[in-house]
Amino acid sequence: MADLTTDFLGIKSPNPFWLASAPPTDKEYNVRRAFEAGWGGVVWKTLGAEGPPVVNVNGPRYGVIHGPDRRVLGLNNIELITDRPLGVNLEEITRVKKDYPNHAVIVSIMVPCEEQAWKDILPKVEATGADGIELNFGCPHGMSERGMGAAVGQVPEYIEMVTGWCKKYYSKPVIVKLTPNITDVRSPAAAAKRGGADAVSLINTINSIVSVDLDSMSPEPSINGKGTHGGYCGPAVKPIAMSMVSEIARAPATAGLPISGIGGVTTWRDAAEYIALGCGNVQVCTAAMTYGFKVVQEMISGLSQWMDEKGHSSIRDFMGAAIPNTTDWQYLDLNYVAKAVINQDDCISCGRCFAACEDTSHQAIVMSEDRKFSVIDAECVACNLCVEVCPVENCITMVQQPAGTVDPRTGQTISDDYANWTTHPNNPDAVAAE
Amino acid sequence: MTSPMTPGIAADRLSNEALAQNFADLHVALEPHEVRVAADRCYFCYDAPCVTACPTDIDIPLFIRQISTDRSEAAAKTIFDMNILGGMCARVCPTEVLCEQACVREVSEGKPVEIGRLQRYATDTLMTKNIHPFNRAASTGKKVAVVGAGPAGLSCAHRLALKGIDVTIYDARPKAGGLNEYGIAAYKSTHDFAAKEVAWLLSIGGITIENNKTLGVDMMLDGLSSDFDAVFLSVGLGGVNALSMSSEDDTCVSDAVGFIETLRQTTDLASIPIGRNVVVIGGGMTAVDAAVQSKLLGAEQVTIAYRRGREAMSASRYEQDLAASHGVKLLFNVQPVKLEALGSSTALVLEYTATNDTRLTGTGETVRIAADQVFSAIGQTLAMDGGLALDGRKISVTGAGRTSRDRVWAGGDCASGGDDLTVTAVAEGRDAAMDIYATLIGGAN
Repeated sequence: MADLTTDFLGIKSPNPFWLASAPPTDKEYNVRRAFEAGWGGVVWKTLGAEGPPVVNVNGPRYGVIHGPDRRVLGLNNIELITDRPLGVNLEEITRVKKDYPNHAVIVSIMVPCEEQAWKDILPKVEATGADGIELNFGCPHGMSERGMGAAVGQVPEYIEMVTGWCKKYYSKPVIVKLTPNITDVRSPAAAAKRGGADAVSLINTINSIVSVDLDSMSPEPSINGKGTHGGYCGPAVKPIAMSMVSEIARAPATAGLPISGIGGVTTWRDAAEYIALGCGNVQVCTAAMTYGFKVVQEMISGLSQWMDEKGHSSIRDFMGAAIPNTTDWQYLDLNYVAKAVINQDDCISCGRCFAACEDTSHQAIVMSEDRKFSVIDAECVACNLCVEVCPVENCITMVQQPAGTVDPRTGQTISDDYANWTTHPNNPDAVAAE
Repeated sequence: MTSPMTPGIAADRLSNEALAQNFADLHVALEPHEVRVAADRCYFCYDAPCVTACPTDIDIPLFIRQISTDRSEAAAKTIFDMNILGGMCARVCPTEVLCEQACVREVSEGKPVEIGRLQRYATDTLMTKNIHPFNRAASTGKKVAVVGAGPAGLSCAHRLALKGIDVTIYDARPKAGGLNEYGIAAYKSTHDFAAKEVAWLLSIGGITIENNKTLGVDMMLDGLSSDFDAVFLSVGLGGVNALSMSSEDDTCVSDAVGFIETLRQTTDLASIPIGRNVVVIGGGMTAVDAAVQSKLLGAEQVTIAYRRGREAMSASRYEQDLAASHGVKLLFNVQPVKLEALGSSTALVLEYTATNDTRLTGTGETVRIAADQVFSAIGQTLAMDGGLALDGRKISVTGAGRTSRDRVWAGGDCASGGDDLTVTAVAEGRDAAMDIYATLIGGAN
């Protein structure tokens, strides 16, 4: 039986599934129930500075992109940080941590970009006994207008400065949560590292308008006829988040910096993929908000089963295993030649591969009078579009062509030597192959 | 109050509540969310097999996609462009042997996209709003007579009217609609849908209906030919085939077509007398419609007796199963011989049959079943041929319904070819209209 326990920055948790800083972790009641349901850790919903708490809108906070059967594909929110008094949150965190010593409790914080503000709050957080803090440099709506959240996360110098303050006034691990609303995520990640961050977590939500009401002409969620951008999360953002995670894991300046992966984790498989790209754990929100806390049970059993099947005894066994295989386009092997092959027994003759290839790709699929579809190898560039639009899984596959055979499209004999763009004769900057 | 057990033939076997429930919509209309889920199952196939299988060539993937994007009105227009009776066809088409049989999901997983129910959703959406999505072209000054206001005639008339031709429809019945109004099981066309559909169709304008006008009685084909620029005959099959049985004159034997018509026209289902033991002779949709409705009226035992095997039945397997699920017993390879007294009741003697080469013969072995009432559903015949050349027992047509007589077209059940389905009648009427238009306006001959 695989061991799912994780040690992230010295913080132990029974499994790598943490609830992200968000509505599910806003109060003691929720967090206790989450731990009972099986979650390994929580990042408590972001605390603000002492004083009157922020106020939220009193209309809808969420908007969703649905699939046809109301599957939640993407979730957008305009909620702010916790709107409960600081003292109440701190008391609750203290109680919860005391009762759940073996679960991870991280406190998310967002206070103004002034040293005194951090100096004031950090000792109070330290006193709760929580395992670490996460700096919310990512919230893209509301707080960013007040110079916090993403407004800090978009300026690497601020990240470095604030992270430095936290390391100065707080003794436990500091995780910097990054915003995706920037051009190159490596820059804020490197700044966090320079500031002394123990880890980064990403992604926070993406600026988004999920829909426009075409009658009222208001973006949604609509507050009395007006809307604003919110933060987008859920399954739809996972590919964006994973790419950003991989960039930080690969960049020389940040390689080895622990990462907590966030963005659309819905199943055990999503978590395994994030971990394979270098994350030490994952944080979940939308899946819990859609299905409730129980959803973690599938994640735990699924990951455990998969690890057993693969012979991984611990999370560390496969952590980052996909990073060596994540490269730049220029290093992809141009001598790898594949062709689409359609399994006629599985084909249901819908013709989607034909329509896609004929109209939008390389005219490499031919349709017979009796609706049989076959690939013209001389035209097929192995783009994979037919594979992806085929409704029958594995009906169309990409088959590598053996070395020594001739690719009928190019007329070239296929070589099994590795060769990439850096040495290709068409590349004006090519380095002659020796 | 009588009950299903009451001997003989009797009315009032079931309460009005039970009857109302029994004769409610066979397929409950889909709700908007069900529609989104059902529509999402469509793969939007290239050159889709469902379209090929549809006698009216409705662009099914397109209308389903229009539904899925919440444009059911546009979806309905896509349907009506090809099939102006798309509303009725959504209810009565044997989709299980047409579009849904061809659906690639039927092929791959045995569960087709619910094309018929989606079509009904779209057409109902538009018709409920009483929107007619076509505008008539300017009048061409041409006049066409359509004889018979069934699916073929209505389809032809609508297309002609659309093209600016003035149409007069003559129909022998007090109401238009043909078999949509007088045939078809009541639970397939609830809430007077057939009449509403006709009214909606006529709102195109340019169509006059003359009811209670029978060709050969009230007007002659020669007269119509001289009064109009063209004639389209869609008179259906007005006659019913008679059983060849020694006791045929028995009062307990009647034709299923008349029974179905009575059911469709009544306002008081309870008043229709039905036997405790009913036998329906035949193997088509009419037999199934009569048998199931007998059961729904409260008959205790209902049997369909068909002279060939299950595979030869023209009622689809779906229809057979529908009958079976209502408790109708299906008896194959039997033919009626005679009626006999059975105590105070009657029994039908059936002889088993065998097929030698292609010839059906009796084996001599018989079976006897209680039969207070027997419905004959062994096909209908052409009652009026107007002196036109025949192909077998139907008016011979070539191309888009051209008959042996110049400027006379025919379509629907009375014409040769086709499957005697509502949907094929619609296609034939539409195509004849286009041919008539081309002939009268386009100069084609």
